[in-house]
Formats: sequence, structure tokens, C-alpha cells
Amino acid sequence: MGERCAVVGVGQTKLDARRIDVSQVGLVREAALRALEDAGLGFEDIDAVVIGKAPDLFEGVMMPELFLAEALGGAGKPMLRVHTAGSVGGSTAIVAASLVEAGVHERVLTVAYEKQSESNAMWALSIKRPFQQAVVAGAGGFFAPLIRSYIRRSGAPEDTGIRVALKDRQNALKNPYAHLRIEGISFEQIAGSPMLWDPIRYLETCPSSDGACAMVIASEGAARRAPRPPAWVHATAMRTEPTFFAGRDQVNPQAGMDCARDLYRKAGISDARREIDCAEIYVPFSWFEPMWMENLFFAPKGEGWRMTYEGATALGGDLPVNMSGGVLSSNPIGASGMLRFAEAANQVRGLAGEHQVAGARRALGHAYGGGSQYFSMWIVGSEPR
Amino acid sequence: MRDVAVLSFAQTPMKRRESGRSEVDMVMSVVREAVAASGIPRREIGFTCSGSSDYIAGQAFAFVGAVDALGAWPPISESHVEMDAAWALYEAWIKIQTGVCDAALCFGFGRASMGTLPETLTLQLEPYTLAPLGIDAIGMAALQARAWLERSGRSERDLAEVAVRSRRDAKQNPFAQLRGDFEVEKLLAEPTLASPLRRHDCAPITDGAAAIVIAAGDVARRAGPRPVWIRGIDHRIEPHHPGVRDLAVSVSTALAAKKAGVDPARIDVAELHAPFTHQEWILREALALPPGVRINPSGGPLAANPMMAAGLVRIGEAAAQVRSGAARRALAHATQGHCLQQNLVCWLEGE
Repeated sequence: MGERCAVVGVGQTKLDARRIDVSQVGLVREAALRALEDAGLGFEDIDAVVIGKAPDLFEGVMMPELFLAEALGGAGKPMLRVHTAGSVGGSTAIVAASLVEAGVHERVLTVAYEKQSESNAMWALSIKRPFQQAVVAGAGGFFAPLIRSYIRRSGAPEDTGIRVALKDRQNALKNPYAHLRIEGISFEQIAGSPMLWDPIRYLETCPSSDGACAMVIASEGAARRAPRPPAWVHATAMRTEPTFFAGRDQVNPQAGMDCARDLYRKAGISDARREIDCAEIYVPFSWFEPMWMENLFFAPKGEGWRMTYEGATALGGDLPVNMSGGVLSSNPIGASGMLRFAEAANQVRGLAGEHQVAGARRALGHAYGGGSQYFSMWIVGSEPR
Repeated sequence: MRDVAVLSFAQTPMKRRESGRSEVDMVMSVVREAVAASGIPRREIGFTCSGSSDYIAGQAFAFVGAVDALGAWPPISESHVEMDAAWALYEAWIKIQTGVCDAALCFGFGRASMGTLPETLTLQLEPYTLAPLGIDAIGMAALQARAWLERSGRSERDLAEVAVRSRRDAKQNPFAQLRGDFEVEKLLAEPTLASPLRRHDCAPITDGAAAIVIAAGDVARRAGPRPVWIRGIDHRIEPHHPGVRDLAVSVSTALAAKKAGVDPARIDVAELHAPFTHQEWILREALALPPGVRINPSGGPLAANPMMAAGLVRIGEAAAQVRSGAARRALAHATQGHCLQQNLVCWLEGE
């Protein structure tokens, strides 16, 4: 795994539907400056910058890192731009960590963002190319049949998704950065919201958000000098599977399972449910919580929904999931994966505020993208592994 | 640092328009060829990284399709940069340095013929104050060319000579798109596209793909008799706004070369990613290359410039020079952004 590394600074912007008070430059700086302040560092202390975001068509700028370089203190430094579909926020953090693990850099600033209000993501996803299937109903239209299939296979009660949404929306009320904070949110309110893509209701889906997330990742030596507690990176893993392969199971993807196995092996985890204290996972539609609980081996196949149903994934449960309110409450697409990784880091740092899991020592950050085919994950801990 | 070598390099024939094959077809052919030539079995390749641009393909998530060319089943450890694939090679080199894998596949692809490239590249400019001006890639390069001509005291003839040499050398490169014998006088009689740049000063618009396999120490030595070692690699970026930097020099190239430990006196051949003739001059100055260094024996980007792969091709061509024995040490350079904003330098050496 190379040199040890740790997260020593975390920053995120206020997430909102339209951050018209800032440009893209202002948005990424807001997150970067908060991460640097958290780390007690300035841009001059940073050796390299790794930036990630989802498709450039989401803002209408080709390779925007080129114009963001100055604002992120990148001038004269190495700068990398990662793009691995929806998992990109996680992959970006992993690339940043690998620069330190490789022994090439001491302190790396990593930033992920999306400013969806500057373009139109639905349009960007709907370009028809010759000989390729067009996505005509947005991501919800793509994923709804997979959820249907999950319900059929598992026999999960129809209201499982509503329960996930209720939990995440209640958690979001404890997170001052969350985009959707619906005071007094109730089961009935979610159940009564319009059905968008059966079985996904309006309040069971993620919003379109503007937002950025940043972290400073440092070597062991630099982490030991950090003013606030570091989150030690115990393991990282990425997996990709192809789009057109008849043997794929998009409900319980092989890439996700392989990624989790690799991650747990590297982190020395044999029983994920028992050894991981909390998880921030990529749930853009409510039902993906039980699906990923199985894919990540927190629950046996077909029984992920029981964790939601029994309250195991609630803030007071035995495996709290998406304490921040998750992607259901804020989805700046390119940044959503890094927010999961960063929230996991803040949990083990003891700096998660009102949505802190008491005594969290080991946490999982998870992101996925494409047609459930790109996965990136990390395990962070309060102590070095 | 672990020793890492280039094991193999493959590229498609470079064309103005690849009408018969999709990106997946193009990637599949170079990946197969590079893996077969690497001397190591595919299962030993622990990491894959690609470089491409959605704006070149004209579609969001364009790189996702390329995974279909990889035989990614069981699923693979894979990443992608929205950059020239030379940076994908850098990410792969980093991955090998962490020790999680010993060999990696890197590839890049671009079909610039899908759109109108100079105007597409306008969208690469800062969107609030620069892009609305509508200046295209050739216009931006012309500003830089003028700045360099004025500082250096050189002439448009010096630019044309770069084009003549490149396309003459390209006659030896079966993959090149533009090759042949041209006369400086005739080229200079042509009208300018954006003064002082004429058509011959600009890289052609190219469809193409390339792939490279790299591996660490023992794996590389086991793979074949002539590993080409990456002795140093680094990359740097400069500010974006043309008004806040001196366009006539390339500070980031000089810095990257220094960090990569390049000793210009020991370099025999340099493959420079200069899509415009004047940029070759700027790069030679930034790298302090002595007059005896052979520049772009492949013909360079002026003979074929597959966006998102052209930088990786430079590394592949430089490695081929070392492998064939034509050079003891070779330098490769990649760039992206307007006016050489971001630059990567690596140097290679035989056993």
C-alpha cells in the first residue's frame, strides 16, 4: 500500500439548487479554503492538486480545471483531473491519496465539484449517438427497473424506500451544509409525493445541487503535525465493469462486490457489519440503501432491506448509514462521492457535529457511477492501521 | 522510487476522419496490440488508466464505452483522467509506485472529426470573461506565436522550417497523417489563418488512439530483453489567463523538466507535443535542448495530432527510439490547454 496517509483537512460548501452567489471559481475556493483552514495550512503548503467532477457538459466548460488552476493555488504545481462517472468524487480522493502513498508528495489538495445550475444535466445526459442506446428518462428512468428487480428478488416490503428517505431526510436536518432540509418531514409526506419512475417517488430521489467538497491528504509525518485529529486511510479500492456484457447483474454488481472484498482485505476487515462503525454510501434513490447493504456484505443477499426496516442504519442503529443526509439530501454529482469520503473521514475525526456517531473509529466511504459499473471506496480510521 | 519501464506501444493509423470504426473498435485494436507486445499476460496488468474528453466525443461519459474494449470481466481496477493520456500514464506510474500493482495499461483516444475542433476548444477557456470573446484555438496560438516572434527576433520562415522538417520526417512514419516534401517559399506564400500562423503552422485534425503498457523492475526485466526505463516524470500547470503569464516562454515545462531530473546535455532525441510550429521553439528553449538533439523524428504533432492521445504517442515514440537503439536517452513531452498551459515531461533510457 505504500506510505501511510491521512485526511488532515475537510471542507465543503453550502449545498444548494443554485449557488448564484459564486462562480465555479468561488465555489471550489469556498471548499478548498475551508479544508485548508481545517488543516491549518495555506495554498503554499500544498504540493499538488487533484480535481474531479462529472461530465464537462454539466457546466458547459471543457476541462474546467484549466481555468480553476489559479484559484486552487495550482500554478507551478502538478494538477490532475479525474473523471470516472458518478464515482468520480471517490476516485479523485483515491488518486490524491495515492500521490502521498507513492511517496511523491507530502500534502495534496483534492477538490470535487459540480455546478449544475450553469448548464442542464438532463440535456447533457440525453445526447443521442449513432448505434447507442439513448438515456431518455434521466438517471431515475435507468435505475427504476433495477430497483423493481431487487424488490422482486428480495420480497422487500414496498415501503422500504420510504423508510430510507425518511431517515436520510431527518439526518439532513442535523447537517447545516445539506441542500434539502425539510422540517417536519414525515412518512406520509414521502408516501404521498408524486411517483416519478415507479417505484421511485419524488421525495425518494436526490436533488440537483451546486456544491464542492475538498480535502487535504497528508503523509504520516505531516499528519502527526496536523492541528486537528487526522483520519487515517486504511484502504482504498476501485473496480469497473463493462457496459455491454450479458453476464452482468446490475442489481448486485460484481464490480461492487469485488471492490468491497478487495477493500476489506486491505483493511484487515473480516466481518464488515461488526468491524465498521458507520458508512456514507452513494444512495441517489432511496432503494439503493438496501441494495448496497447486500453488495457491501453488511447483510446477506436478499436481506438488506431488513437493516433499514429494523433501524440498523439509523443514527442510533448498529451501522448508521448516511448520517449527513447523503446523496438523497444533496447531489452535486461530481462532488457527491467525495462528500461521502469526507463525511466518513469527519466521523472518525470526531468532527461530524450534530450527526456524529458516538465513538466512531472506523468508517466506510463509498461511491458508484455509470450504470452501476464504477465503484470507488475507502476505509478511514481514527488510528493508523 | 520503483524502476518502471515502457514495455510496449501501439497506435492506430492516424487519419483526418476515421469513418469505419467506433472509438471502441479503435481502442480495442491498440489495447490488444500493446498487451500482446508487452510480453506479460493480461492478468498481470493490475491497473488500467485512460485519457479522453467528452467534448471531443460530443457526449457525456464518452470514456465509459471504452471499457467495453478492455475485456473488463471479471471487473478491473481502472481509472480515467479527462486529460491527455500522458497523464493517464502518470497516474498509472503513481499506482505502481504505491506498490499495489506491478504493471499497468494506459490508453487514450480522440475523434476530433466529430466536431469542429478549433471552436470546440474555445469552450476550454474560462467561461465568464474569455470564452464569450469567441477566440478559437488557432487565434489563441497566434497571440503566443506573435509574442514569441517579437521576443526571439526570429521570423515566420523559422516556423515554416519546423513544418517542413516534421512532414519530411513523417515520411518514415507509417502511422502519420500528413507527410511529404514541402518548400518553405511556397508555404510562406500561403495566406495566414490567424497572423502570423498559416495552415502549415497548425497540427492537423486527427482521429486516433494509442496504448502503452508499463511495468515495474523485475516484471519489466522478465517481459523482454529491452525494457525502456522511465527515469523521471513530472508535470506542471500555469495560470490560465493569457494576460497573467508570459506566453513567449514555458515556465511549467522548464519546471517539470527540472523536477524530472532532465539533463539536456544527455538527451539524444526529444518528442515534443507542440501542436503549433512556434511552440516547438518555445519548448526547445524551455528544455534547454542543445542544437544536436533530434526533434520529433516521428513527425510529431504537426504530422498527426490525435487529441487526448497525442501526448501519450510522444512517450511511445520516444521509447521506440530508445528500444531501437537510435537513441540512448530520449525525452518526451505532452501538453494540454491553450498556449502550452499544462505540460508533462519524462525521460527514458535503455538498460
